[in-house]
Formats: sequence, C-alpha cells, structure tokens
Amino acid sequence: MKPAAFDYYRAETLREALELRAEKRDALRIIAGGQSLGAMLNLRLVSPEGLLDISRLDELKQIEVRDGRVEVGAAVTQSQLLDWAGLREKLPFVAQALPWVGHFQTRNRGTVGGSICHGDPSSELPLALALLGGEVVLRTRRGSRRLSAGDFQLGMLTNACEDDEIVVAVSFPAGVGARGSAFREVARRHGDFAIVAIGLVVMDKGQIRLGVSGMADTPQVLELPGDIEDAAFVEQVEAFAWRLKGHTDIHASARYRRDLLRRIAPQLLSEVRQCA
Amino acid sequence: MPRDDNSPDGSEGSDRDGGAQARVLGTSHLRLEDEALLRGQGRYADDVGTSPGTLHACIIRSSVAHARIRHIETSHALAQPGVACVLTGEDVRQMSDPFLVAVKQRVDQWSLAVDRVRYVGEPVVLVVAQSRYAAEDAAELVEIEYDTLPVVVDVLEALEPDAPLLHEDVGSNEAHRRQFSYGEPDAQFEKAAHRVGLTVEYPRSSFAPMECFVVVAQYNSASAEYDILTNFQGPFSVQPVMARALRVPGSRLRLRTPADSGGSFGVKLSVFPYAVLMGLAARVCGRPVKWVEDRLEHLQSASSGPNRVSRIEAAVEADGKIQALRMENIEDYGAYLRAPMPGPLYRMQGAMTGAYDIKHLALDQRVVLTNKMPAALVRGFGGPQLYLALERLVQRIAVELELDPLEVIRRNLIQADAFPYRAAAGALYDSGDYQKAIDIAVGDGRLEALYERRDAARAAGRHYGIGFATVVEPSMSNMGYLSTLLSPEQRERSGPKNGAISMATVAVDALGSVSVTSDVTVQGQGHQTTIAQIVAQSLGLQPEQISVNLEIDTQKDRWSIAAGSYSCRFAPGAAVAVHIAAGRIRDRVARIAAKSLNVMPEEIEFGDGKVFARNNPDNAMQFARAAGTAHWSPILVPEEDEPGLQETATWEPEQLEPPNSKDQINTSLAYGFVFDICGVEIDPVTMAVRIDHYTTMHDAGRLLNPMLAEGQIRGAFVQGLSSAMYEEFVYDENGSFASGTLAEYLMPTVSEVPEIEILHIETPSPFTPLGAKGLAEGNCMSTPAAVANAVADALGVKDVPLPITPDRVNQLVAGEEPAAPEGVAEDGDGDEGRVLRGDGAFVVPAPPEEVWRSLLDPETLKVVIPGCRTVKEVAPGKMFARVSMGVGPVRGEFRADVTLANLVEHRSADLEGALDGPLGAATGQGHVTLEPRADGTLVSYRYEVKVMGKVAAVGGRMLDRAAAMIIRQFFERLASQVGDSGGAGGAIWHRLRARLGKLLGARR
Repeated sequence: MKPAAFDYYRAETLREALELRAEKRDALRIIAGGQSLGAMLNLRLVSPEGLLDISRLDELKQIEVRDGRVEVGAAVTQSQLLDWAGLREKLPFVAQALPWVGHFQTRNRGTVGGSICHGDPSSELPLALALLGGEVVLRTRRGSRRLSAGDFQLGMLTNACEDDEIVVAVSFPAGVGARGSAFREVARRHGDFAIVAIGLVVMDKGQIRLGVSGMADTPQVLELPGDIEDAAFVEQVEAFAWRLKGHTDIHASARYRRDLLRRIAPQLLSEVRQCA
Repeated sequence: MPRDDNSPDGSEGSDRDGGAQARVLGTSHLRLEDEALLRGQGRYADDVGTSPGTLHACIIRSSVAHARIRHIETSHALAQPGVACVLTGEDVRQMSDPFLVAVKQRVDQWSLAVDRVRYVGEPVVLVVAQSRYAAEDAAELVEIEYDTLPVVVDVLEALEPDAPLLHEDVGSNEAHRRQFSYGEPDAQFEKAAHRVGLTVEYPRSSFAPMECFVVVAQYNSASAEYDILTNFQGPFSVQPVMARALRVPGSRLRLRTPADSGGSFGVKLSVFPYAVLMGLAARVCGRPVKWVEDRLEHLQSASSGPNRVSRIEAAVEADGKIQALRMENIEDYGAYLRAPMPGPLYRMQGAMTGAYDIKHLALDQRVVLTNKMPAALVRGFGGPQLYLALERLVQRIAVELELDPLEVIRRNLIQADAFPYRAAAGALYDSGDYQKAIDIAVGDGRLEALYERRDAARAAGRHYGIGFATVVEPSMSNMGYLSTLLSPEQRERSGPKNGAISMATVAVDALGSVSVTSDVTVQGQGHQTTIAQIVAQSLGLQPEQISVNLEIDTQKDRWSIAAGSYSCRFAPGAAVAVHIAAGRIRDRVARIAAKSLNVMPEEIEFGDGKVFARNNPDNAMQFARAAGTAHWSPILVPEEDEPGLQETATWEPEQLEPPNSKDQINTSLAYGFVFDICGVEIDPVTMAVRIDHYTTMHDAGRLLNPMLAEGQIRGAFVQGLSSAMYEEFVYDENGSFASGTLAEYLMPTVSEVPEIEILHIETPSPFTPLGAKGLAEGNCMSTPAAVANAVADALGVKDVPLPITPDRVNQLVAGEEPAAPEGVAEDGDGDEGRVLRGDGAFVVPAPPEEVWRSLLDPETLKVVIPGCRTVKEVAPGKMFARVSMGVGPVRGEFRADVTLANLVEHRSADLEGALDGPLGAATGQGHVTLEPRADGTLVSYRYEVKVMGKVAAVGGRMLDRAAAMIIRQFFERLASQVGDSGGAGGAIWHRLRARLGKLLGARR
C-alpha cells in the first residue's frame, strides 16, 4: 500500500495550473481534497505520472450566487459548503444530502467538485447535481464551457473533462427544492458508501424529480407531473426500479436495492407533500 | 472487592487493622499505560528503531484461489535499483522446513507457497529492497504464471467425494475427524420424548486490530542465530515451531515482543510464518529486514476465526429438560492447518454442554480444508461457534415445545450446590451460582419492561424480538486440551500433555524500587495496571511506584510454552504468578524488617510505603530501607534467604489434568458465567436490526479492577455484535476474496454500538489464590447467540444467517418480489454470486465477413482491445496480448491469453481468456454471434467473467459495472474500427453511440 512514484505540482494560480495541464495533458491527474484519489494511489489502482494540486488556488475557493445560480469553486471543501450561510435557503437539497458525504473528517478535506469529478456511482453530490439540473464549469487556457450533469458524467468514474481542461466550479440552480425537497440514504454504517441514496425535489413548475444513486453507473433521474396520484407514483417507481435494476455486491443484492427504492420513494413524496 | 476467607493473603492484615495501606487491588485504578499512549509515546513494533541498513520487504500474493505455479519470472525485479533479493517458494523450501502441525496428517506449509497456491492472498514471492516503495515498484515487475485448479470454498462441498483436493498428502479435504461419546447419548435419544435439532453456521471473521503485523528480523551468521522482533502474542508453544522451520535450536531463535500493542484479539499469533520468512530474508541479504503488513494484506490473509457448520440435536423431555446432546461440528480451517490448530474445535471440548446439566453427549469433531485464508486464533476461540449452536438450540426447544425460553434455560442449569461440577466431557467448573445471576439479571422489572416493549411493538405491527444467551466462559487453557484429538492409545504413546504454567518475576532494587516482568504479551488490556495493583497491594505501595515491563525476550526472560496473552490466561494464570512472587518478596522483607523492628515476622505489616509492627505502627521503617538491606547488607538477610531481592514464581494449578482414557478433559482452569438479554427491533424500511435493549450479567469471580473488567466486557460486546451483524470475510464460489478494505469488511464504529447494561455477581474461584476468572471473551461468545435468538424471535424463523445484514433480513421478510415488467430479465443472480455476467448487441455497419476478419486479426485486435500494447498470435486461434485496462483513472497492466474456439466461419465463436497483472486476475468466457442485416452486421455477445485478486478485494462495489464497461468499450471500438475501415465515416459512428446509449439499461 505505497503509491508508485509521481511528480507533484502545486499551482500558485489558476493560469499556471491551466498551463501545466495544457503541457502535461494525460500525464497529470488533478488532486483537490484527495479523499478518494489518495486511497486509490496507495492501492496503486491509479498510478499517474504527476499530480496537479489545485487545493490552494484562491480563485477556486469561492461560493458565489450569480444569475440565479450557486457557483461552487472546485477547491471548496464539503465542510465549507455545509457551513455556508446561504445553503439552506439556496440549496435545500444539498443541505440535506451533504451531511451524508463520508465523515466530517473527510468532508474537511474532500471537495464538492472533486466528489463530482470522481463520479462514484453511489455518491451524493453527483446525485444532487443531476437531480437539481446543475452544471460543471470547465476551463482551458483558451476558454471555458459548461456541461450539464448528464453530459459531464459519462459513466462510473468517467467524465467528459478533456485532458487540457480543469473543472473550476460546479453550478447549481438556486432555490430548486424550495417548494419541497427530501433525501434519504441507506448504508450499512453512517458514512459508508450508500447502498442507495434517493432524493426527491419539487421543481419550479411543480413537477417532481426523483433521483437515485447506487443503482446504476451514474445517478438516474425520473421526472413526474406534480399532481401525480399516489398509486400512479408507486407504479412509476416500480417501473423505474426495474429499469435501473441495481446490482448485487457483498453488502446488498439488486433485489434489496429495488425494495429500498420501492419503500423509500413514496415516503419521500409524502414528506414533500406534507411540507408543502 | 468484597472480602471473605479467600482473600489474597498478602492484603489481609493491613485491612483488618485499618492500617495505612488503602485497598488498591479490586479498585478501578486508572490505567498506568494510558498517559504514554495518549501522548503519542506508545512504543509499537513499527516504532522500534531499526539498525542502519535495514531493508524493507514487500510480499507478492496469489491472486488466484488454487493453482499450480508454472513459472515465476524474477529477473526484471532483481534488476531494479535498490533491490537486494527476491525469494520464491523454491528458495524457502531449500532453506527451511515446513511448519509443524498438530494433526498426524501432512499438511505441509512453508512461509512462501511451494509449487502450488491454495488461497487468494497466499504469499508467493518476497521482494526485499532499500525501501518499501522500491520493493513495491520491483514487485510489479515479477511475473507469476499459474495453471489454475478447481476451487472449493464451501466447507460442506469440500467433503464431497469429487471435491477438488487441497493437499494430496492428506488424501481428503478432511484433515481430522474424531467422534466422542460421553455417557449414553444413543440410549437417551432412543427413549426421548422429543428431539429438537437444527443446523447453525458460524461465519468467518476476525476482529482486525488497528495495528497490523510487524516483523524486524536479523541473522547473526557468526553465532548462527536469528533475532526477530515481532508483535507476536503467543502462545509461545509456537516459538519451537518457528525454530524448527528455521532449522535452529530454540535457543538460537531470539524472539522479542515490543512494549505496546495496537490490538491483537488472537490474530497476532498468525504473524509467525512471516517471522520465519523475514528471518530467511535477513539471512539471505545479510542485513536486517523489516516488514509491515498493510491493511489489504491483513484482511485477505492474516487470519480468520474458523467458520463452522454445526448440526446439533437434543433429546428433550416434555418440560424442556435436555437429557442428551448430539453435535457434529464441521470446522473450516481454510487452506492450511497452522499450529496450534484445530484449537477452536477442542478448546471447549470439556465444556461442550455449556451452563447446562446434561449428562450425555455425542460429539463428532471434523476439520476441513478449503481454498480460503487459514483460520487461527480469534477472541472467543471456539466459544462463539459452540454457543451459537447450543443457544439457538435452546431457543428452538422452547419454540417447538411451546415453552418459555427462559424456563427451558432454568430447567437445565447446573445447580448452585453442584460446584465444583464435573461436566459430561470432563470440564471441572470451579464455582458459580447461575440461578442467582439470572434472577438478578431479569429482576428489577427489567424483563417485564422488555416484554411490554415487545407487546407494544408487535401490537403496532413491528417486528420485535427478545433473545437470551447463557454462556460458561472458560479461562486459562489446559495445554493438553489439543491432545484430545488423539486417540487414548496415541496419547499413551506420545506421553501426557497437560497443565498451564504461568511465570512472573518481582524484583526490588537497592533503593527499594519495584519492577515486575511476566510471561504475558501486551495487547492493550491493561495488564500492567493490574499487575502493579497486585504487587502494590502486597507490598504496601502505590501502583504508580511499580514498574511493569511486559516485553518478552526469549533469550533473557523466563517463559514457557504457555506464555503469551490468549484464552483469558491473565486473571487465573499470570496474575496469580505475580501475586505469589510479590508475596514471597513481602515475606522476605518482613523477615528482614522483623530483625530491625525486633518483632516476629508474622507481626509485620506493610502500608503507605512503610513496614511496621502490627501492634505498634510507630515501630516502623521505610519499605525502601528494609528492602535495600538485602542489597547493601546481605549479612543482615536471614540465613534461609538468598542475598538480593528478586523472586520468580511459577504457578501451575493441579486441576489441569491430561485427558483420561474416556477422553474426558478439563479444558480450562476457571469457568465464569455470562447471561445476556437482548431486545431487537427490525426497521420496516431498511430491515436493519436495531439493538433496543441489552443487559449482560457476568460472574468472573473476583474482579481485580472493575474498570478494566468493564472495558473488556464492552470490547467483547462490540466484537460479538460485530460477528452477529457486520464483520464477514466474503469469498465467492471461485475463492475470490471480496472484503479487502474497511469499506467492505465492516466493523461497527461508535455510532453503531448501543449502550448496554453490565451487571456482576462474584463467586470467587476456589482454584486460584486471587479468586479471579477471565472475562474478556464472554460477550464474543454470548452476544452473537443473544442477537440471533432475538432476531429469530422477532421474525419467527428457524434459520438466522449471521452476520444478519439488512439484505438477509429482507430475504427472510420481504416475500416474493413483484414480477419484472415485460422485457426486463429477472436477476438470476444469487445473494453471494460474484460471477459477472452480461450481454449486449448492436449493429456494425459492415458485412459479417469483414467483422469476422477483424475479430481474428491481431492487428485489428490491437486497435480494438482497449489499451492494447501488443498482440501476438502464438498458435492458430491463440493470442497473447499486453493490455492496459481499466475504468476511468483506474488502470492496470495485464497479460492476456485469449483463445478462440468453436469457430463457425462468419457466424459465431467462443472466446476464452485469462488476464493477470498486479491489480489482479480474471478469467472469462464469451460467445459472439454475427448476423447479417440490411444495415450491416448484428453483433451479439454474452460473457461471464470471474475477477480475483486485489481489484476484486477492494473494488467489489463497482466490479460488475466495470466489467460491463470494459467489454462494452471493446465492442464500441470494434464497431468504430470496422465501421471506419468500411469507409462508413463519422455519421455511422454517432448512430452507433446513440444505439449503445440505449443499450445501457439492458446490459446485464
């Protein structure tokens, strides 16, 4: 459990980081909090030629509300977002899900952007991004682009970040879920990787979005009309459960995952409707 | 500590006279160890300084469960900078002998695999280099070629006549079997009113200490001596096993243990093969070699408790009285039988009837080998396995005879006036009052309140259950218990084995300061504190004044084969030796002081750092002064005493006799008692078991330090809970190990541990001068049974598989799943099945002939296979490739052998392949069919992949999806390659991608 040798670069400015990225390309992996990457390095599951550390870039440490969106810089830790005064009002769903990301010790180091780039199939923040209709902001030396959650996350541990790009922020639409938002996670122990993580939010026009992590390569979202009857909702969830199917690992069978979705989704709906 | 006639003699007088010495033994004295540990000044094995030039070792382990080793290529690794040596099984075979084993059969094992590997994680190659980093870099360059063999993982399947054989020399996977009959079990069963039976399976787990194995080995060629420092815990009966393997006399294997320990729980016994391995490496390199085990190594190959299948049956009267028991114990020791195995099967032999007065017992003891990591000591040591079966049986008797489970327990308990009680199989229970312990535990309205909670929960439609467990907890093993596995005739021939020696030395120096050594190894229990309390009590000092050093050095310290910390030998064993040695010092100082104070030695008292006349406390001298006389003025020492002031005591209780001709054996010296009450509720959504109430009642004789006792009970409870609900070493049917990280191998954290209520009564043991019994293993034995009984009560089921995970409860409770909608395939995958299966289909815009050519063409394959560096056709239809493969950033270098078979030209083919590399190994089979279509060729594939080694151990959560992604990538690229060469261009590629996207949902 010792990493293979790698070069370590710590950029002082974003500009410098982008230059290095453009020059070294594939040879560099970006490290921010290192809470997933560190373990993978030690196990030699990942052996990059170099690491580019963006965790100290002040430019990436901001949380800004702009044009109805909350932009979270790529070096903002999960704890910082959790402590952000505007979180409950602007991102009620994230406020519910974030305490379930790892443990407080890992949240002190782990970043919001890092979790989304890592793309663990059972993690909470990619679910939040997909469910809320968030975006990922990528930069190169020359410019920037924004990708929706679905376009960014291509699969398990796999995203659309090109080898000259750096994810500089993730962006959530502000206020989504203000009309209703619920989150539930099932894990064997608190802080473990979720067996399933399930979210439900009421969107601006009243429609309902149900999102699930832990049952497919990436978070999956189902959109339903806001006035859906309970029985129809249960039917939709049943079909959704079979469409995702889930998978069997040593902690849970696919069947158990489907059962959790069946039992929890209606509870979330009634929670949300009671709050409304 | 209450006083009675059995009180330790060393403390009698001072109390009686209300002398200056306050009682220190029996109080909750704070741990003397903690200040250093809390200040980061612990001296763990890894902290011990090493000599300049010390080399570091990395072990390459088998990624497959069963295989012949065809070839090991070490030349690339040896050529790496900083590499000192690379050892293989062949080197080890030449330099060392196989480890001795307890059974008669030859189950040869060396410290590296010789010729053959038998479990995932088995050490195969040792790389020694200037640093661990350099060693691991070089290790990646070692190539091991295996010819895989059929695997057997399940203990019952291993007994089938056609099961793959692990050790040809044994001739079967059953390495040992003995049947015992005590009393007249058959006659009892014949006339029994009822027979109640069930089969119980105890799972595989250890308690994974925080600190893993550490070895620092040196070899002195001038004296031909090994000097090995390791966090070994004993029993030191294994020291001769190591010496024999190293081919040196025991006196030339200096085994040393460090001052502090990051936990053991039995597991650190199993460092011994590594101690031998590093010794050999040090000898080859001519320099010290250090090895620190990492977490993955620890989880996959350090040690596990044996899993056991018990078939248990009782002959019962209508009122629940058990007349006879039958028990078949099929215990799974994994791939090798290491000394002193099969200990867990025989450690409880004399006490198999537990707390019950059952006169007739039939036992069938079976030892089985499978392709899993070898099993060895784990806290509880045979007790958890026994009591899960016995206590589940008692609950079943209540259910089947419609009796109250507590009544069935009470009806069968050994009566308080029956002690010392000789159990059917030979255990001599020293003391106890089981009825009283249970009455107190259920009293104070405790049980009534619990029944009310259950009624209320059930009335509200929730699953709530109550379970009991009744356990006799043995302490200090009879070293002869294992010889019960031999027949009386074989025992006759090999000579008697019995007893248990404990040793301690108390020394007082010229200035009166007191130091103690003993033959226990440190594991964190607080033995230093208790030892200091015992000595301080005797000598009228404070525990802080006593220095206790529990490092062991086999060349300088007094030790016996019984030395070490295991099977609760401290309270009835080592503590007694300390007490005796301290008493002798006390007597000697009293004789010296008597002369000076001009009184009889019998009138001398000790207290508050002084030695004084009982009837005239002012007639006193400082303890230091009196003790110092023995050094400064030996002439003043009474004639019968030696000069200086040091006493080594050896304690050997007479009750530990060898097994008799009827195979009766008193397996332990002292027998405590535990009674647990557990209330559980099942979460209706997650199906998680929640402990709602837990009371644990203990009778461990006299408590030497109630606070330390509480710590031991809480620790054992957590581990018992863990066995019941969390920890499990999971293997799939291929022997692939799936619990390689602490995210896979679950141990409860403080958030998962409920508060418990601890009660005590004290019936002192008459067999030890301190009256104290062991108590550190009781809840490892009782808690899994209590939880299982509570879950059985909650769900109304007979079989409660442990660990009882939410998924398993769901299987018991949730019933049939609603049918899958049209077009969605049912799972077909079992609970534990880890064979990854998948299929897919899509259209390649080219005719079948072209797709076919591409599939058979190495040059195309090189482009098509993701990350492929080289492809060679080594024979028609056989290819060898080097590929870099993975998902996202996870990437590994693999060697791949691919064979194409059953070729139906342009139509279909079977593929078979094997991958191997530092990240692990995989074998797979696939079938591809090509079908002409208007827009090209419909390529359909299905596959089955088995993944083993590191990536399976640490990445199980993502494995099947990763396999699906990689295989999908292959066909994506095939489509792209063939499509491009067909001149179809970009548009088709985009169409394909879109089509592939749709396939995502139906990939399994």
